[in-house]
Amino acid sequence: MTESRLTNTLLTLLTYAVAIVMFFPILWMFLTAFKTEQTAFDIVPHFLFTPTLDSFKLALAQGNGYWHYAFNSALSAVASTLIGLVLAVPAAYAMAFFPSKRTDFTLVWMVSTKFIPAVGVLIPVFMVYKSLGLLDNIWGLTMLFTAMNLPLIVWMVYSYFKDIPKDIIEAADIDGAGTLQTMVKVVLPLALPGLASTGLLALILAWNESFWSLTMTDHKAATLAVFIASFKSAEGLFWAKMSAASVLTVTPIIILGWFAQRQMVRGLTFGAVK
Amino acid sequence: MDSITTTQPVHSGKAAKAQRKVASAPTRRLMAPAVIFLFVWMIVPLVMTLYYSLQNYNLMMPTMRSFAGILNYDLLFSDPTFWAALGNTLLLVAACLIVTVGLGLALALLFNRTFIGRGAARTLAISPFFIMPVVTGLIWKNMMFHPVYGLISWALRALGLEPVDWLAHHPMMSIVIMISWEWTPFALLILLTGLQSLPEDQIEAVRLDGANKWQEFRHIVLPHLGQVLYVVVMLESIFFLTSFAEIYSTTGGGPGTATTNLPYYIYLGAFFQYDIGSSSAAAIGAVILANIFAIFLIRFVAGNLNAGSQR
Amino acid sequence: MAIVELKNVVKNYGGHKGSKDSANAVENFNLLTEDGEFVVLVGPSGCGKSTTMRMIAGLENNTGGEIRISGRDVSAVPPKDRDIAMVFQSYALYPHMSVFENMAFSLRLKKTPNDEVKRRVNEAASILNIEHLLERKPRALSGGQRQRVALGRAIVRQPQVFLMDEPLSNLDAKLRVDMRAEIVKLHRKLGVTTFYVTHDQVEAMTMGQRIVVMLDGKIQQVDTPQNLYERPNNMFVAGFIGTPSMNFLRAKIASDRRALEGESFRFKAEGARGTALDTHTANEVWVGVRPEHLRYVEDSGHGAGLENMMRGTIEVVEPLGAVTMVQVQIDDARVTAQLDSHVQVTLGETITLACAGEKLHLFDADSEQALGLEQPVSEPLSAAV
Repeated sequence: MTESRLTNTLLTLLTYAVAIVMFFPILWMFLTAFKTEQTAFDIVPHFLFTPTLDSFKLALAQGNGYWHYAFNSALSAVASTLIGLVLAVPAAYAMAFFPSKRTDFTLVWMVSTKFIPAVGVLIPVFMVYKSLGLLDNIWGLTMLFTAMNLPLIVWMVYSYFKDIPKDIIEAADIDGAGTLQTMVKVVLPLALPGLASTGLLALILAWNESFWSLTMTDHKAATLAVFIASFKSAEGLFWAKMSAASVLTVTPIIILGWFAQRQMVRGLTFGAVK
Repeated sequence: MDSITTTQPVHSGKAAKAQRKVASAPTRRLMAPAVIFLFVWMIVPLVMTLYYSLQNYNLMMPTMRSFAGILNYDLLFSDPTFWAALGNTLLLVAACLIVTVGLGLALALLFNRTFIGRGAARTLAISPFFIMPVVTGLIWKNMMFHPVYGLISWALRALGLEPVDWLAHHPMMSIVIMISWEWTPFALLILLTGLQSLPEDQIEAVRLDGANKWQEFRHIVLPHLGQVLYVVVMLESIFFLTSFAEIYSTTGGGPGTATTNLPYYIYLGAFFQYDIGSSSAAAIGAVILANIFAIFLIRFVAGNLNAGSQR
Repeated sequence: MAIVELKNVVKNYGGHKGSKDSANAVENFNLLTEDGEFVVLVGPSGCGKSTTMRMIAGLENNTGGEIRISGRDVSAVPPKDRDIAMVFQSYALYPHMSVFENMAFSLRLKKTPNDEVKRRVNEAASILNIEHLLERKPRALSGGQRQRVALGRAIVRQPQVFLMDEPLSNLDAKLRVDMRAEIVKLHRKLGVTTFYVTHDQVEAMTMGQRIVVMLDGKIQQVDTPQNLYERPNNMFVAGFIGTPSMNFLRAKIASDRRALEGESFRFKAEGARGTALDTHTANEVWVGVRPEHLRYVEDSGHGAGLENMMRGTIEVVEPLGAVTMVQVQIDDARVTAQLDSHVQVTLGETITLACAGEKLHLFDADSEQALGLEQPVSEPLSAAV
C-alpha cells in the first residue's frame, strides 16, 4: 500500500467517528428513555445518570396501550409480507422461467406502479374504504401495505429466480416434475435465502410505513406509527416517555435490520450487483 | 387458456394443442393474482382520482356534486401554495439525492478499507435506515433541533456560537437533514456492495498502469458503480417524492408553506378542507411528476430484461 | 432402448424477416438411428446441434417435421412423457438435495415404492462407483464426481434414450479422456440409444458409432468416424474432422484433366478422382491433404517438378517429441505437415513435401463439395440422408 500508516490510522478513526455520529441520535434516544423527565429535559445534556424504567411504564400505558399498537403493527407487517410473497412468487416464477413479451411487459408494468405515489390513490381508497367499512380496519391496512410492497417483492424474487440456472428447471422438467412440483420442490428451496431477505425487507418497510397508518387508521387498527405520532406535541414535557415509546417502536426492526443487512442489498440493487 | 401465437404451420389439430403445452407454462394464470391485486389497489383508485379531479366535490357539501371539467386544475394552477409545494418537492428530492449519494459514496469508500471493527462500525452507521420516519421526526425535532434544550444547540454553545432555531429558521434544511440521515445508510450499504463486487485484478491492472488514487477512482471505480448509482438514485427518488411522515411529525408543512410538499399539500386539502375535487387534481399532478422520474427507471428495468435474455 | 427417427425436423425461432432469428436454426434434419446406437452430434457453436438435441428432449418444439421414438411421434409430447433422460453440460444437479435424492427425484415423482427407489439408485451408484457419495450434497463433490451423479440420475430412470449435451466440457483435460472411455463403456453395458452433443471432434471420433456433422443448422454428413475421416463430403467436414486440420491448396487443372498445378506444387488425380475431373467443367479445384499424409523428401534438386510434391519455405517448427509439426509456405497457403521427429528441419529452410496420390482429396472450387468420392469398402450404417 502506498498509504502511510498515519493516513491509514486517521482514516480509520474518521470512519469510527462517522459511525458514531450516524448512530448518535439513536443512542441518545436509548439513553433518554432511561432518564427521568427532569434529566431528559435539561439545558445541559446528561451522559451519566441513574437509569430508571419509569418512562417505559408510562409509555406502555399510552393510548390504548403499547401492545395494542405493536400487535397491529406486527400483524399487518407479517400478513402483508406473506400475502405479498404468495402473490409474487408465482408471478416472478413465470417471468423468470417462461419469459415472453407478455411477462416482460407485466414485470415492467408492475415495477412502474411503484411510481404511483400513495397520495395519488389516497382519496379514492379513503372513500371506498369508508363506504366498505374498511377504515380503521387492520385487514384494509394490510392490503394497502401489500399493494405498496408487491412491486418491490416481485422484482426481488424475480432477480433471485433469475440466478437459478435454467438447466435445473429443465432437468426437473425431464425428471417428470410439473410446474407446481418444480416450483415447490426445486425452485423454492433454492431461492429460500433470497425469499427470506425479500421478506425481511418487506417486513421492515411495512413496519415503518406511516402514511397509510396515519390516514387510514384511528384506534382499532392503529399501528405503532399512530402510537408514536401521538407524542407529536410532547414539547419538552415528556421527552423521556417519548424516547421510551420510540425505543419500544424501533427496537424490533433495528435488530431485524442488523440481522438482514447483507442479504437485503443484493435483491434491492435490481441485480446490478452480484 | 393459454394461447401462444405460432407463425409456423402446424401439422394436426392434436399436435397443435399439445405443442402449446410443451412450450408455455401457464404464465397467465401464474401472474394473474399479482396483476389483479395491483390493478384493484393501484390502477382502479388512480382512475377514480382522475375522475374525482374532474368533479366539484367537497365532503362538507356532499350533495352539491357536479361535473367540473378542468375547473379544479384551473384553481390548482392559480393556487400559489400548489406551486410552492411543487417547488418544495423538487427541492427536497434534489437536495436529499445530492446529500445521500455524495455522503453515501464517501462513506462507502471509507468502509471499503479493511480495519478492525469494520462490521460493527458499518452496522452502527446503517442503523438510521431502520428507524420509523415518525420516530426520526420526533427525535430530531425535540432532542436534536430544539433551540434551547437540543443537543445541537448545546454543542454550538459549547463552541461559543449562537444556538439556532432550526425548524423555524431553516425548516427545509432541517427536513433535508432528517431525511438524509435516514437514507444515507441506504446509499452507503448499496454502494459498498457495489465497491466490493469490483474485481481485484482491475484495480491491480490500473495500479500497474501507473494510475494515482484519483485516476483509479475516476476511471475504474466510478464506471463500475454506474449501474448501482442509478439504482440508488431511482429508489431514493421514489421515496423522497413521497416524503410525508418526517414533515407530518415535525414542521407540519410550515412555517407558512416552507416545508409543504405535494403529499402533504394533498393530505391537507383532503383531510382538512375536505376538498376531494381539487385534492384529486393535485394528486394527479403528483402522479405525473412521479412518472417523469419513472420513465428513467422503466428504461433501466427494460434494458436489464434484454440483457438477461441475451445471456 | 429404442429407434429414434427424425424426419424433416425444422426449428425456427420465428424472428422477423431479415433478423438473425428468421433463418432456420435447424433445417430439414433427417436421421434414423439403430436400436442402441451411440450417435454424436458435432459442429461449431451455433450449428444447431444442441437445438436438435433439445427438440428430441422436448425442451424445445420442432416447428416442422416429426420426431419419433420407438415409432411414436413425440413432437407434441412433453419432456417427462418421452421416456428420455438428459445429462446437462452444467450437470444441473439439484443443489439442495443429496446425491441420493438427486438420483431418486424422478422416481419419487412417479411415486415409485421406497425400496424400489433404493434398489435402483444403489444399482446406478455401484455402476458409477459413487456409492460412498450418496449422502453428500453436490457442492461437496468434485467436477468429475458431479458428472457421475448427473449420469447416475439419467441411468436411474432406465429411459429409452439418453441425451447428453456436452457433458464433459466442464472437466479438465485428463478427466475428460477418462470419462470419455467410461461413458462409452457405460453405453456398451446398458445398450441404450444415446445422443451425444459435442463441439470437440476428437470426442466425437472416439465415442460415436455414427457422427452427425452440422453447420448452420444443416447436416453436412452422417457417417462412421472412419468414413468421415477418409471420405469427407465437403471441405467443411474435411477441415473439421482431424487434427491438425486438413490443408487446402487451390490448383489449376491442366489440359490433360489429371495434373493439378500451382506455382510450387504439382499433383496428379488418380482413380475415381481423375475420372471425376473429366466431366468437371471448372479450371480450378481445391486439393486437400492431411498433415499426417505429408512426407519429407530429401531434396534432390528437381523439387516441384515431380508429381504429388510441393516445395516451400519453413515458417514455423513445433517439435512435439514423437513428431514435429512444420508450417510451410506453399504459394499463398500455409501448409501444415506432421513429420517424423528424426527429420532435421530448420526455420527458413526450403523443403520438399510429398503425398501419396490416393490420399488426396478434391473439392469443387465453388460448391466445396467433394469430387470423385470412392464408394467405401464396407457398407455404411443405414443413413436416412
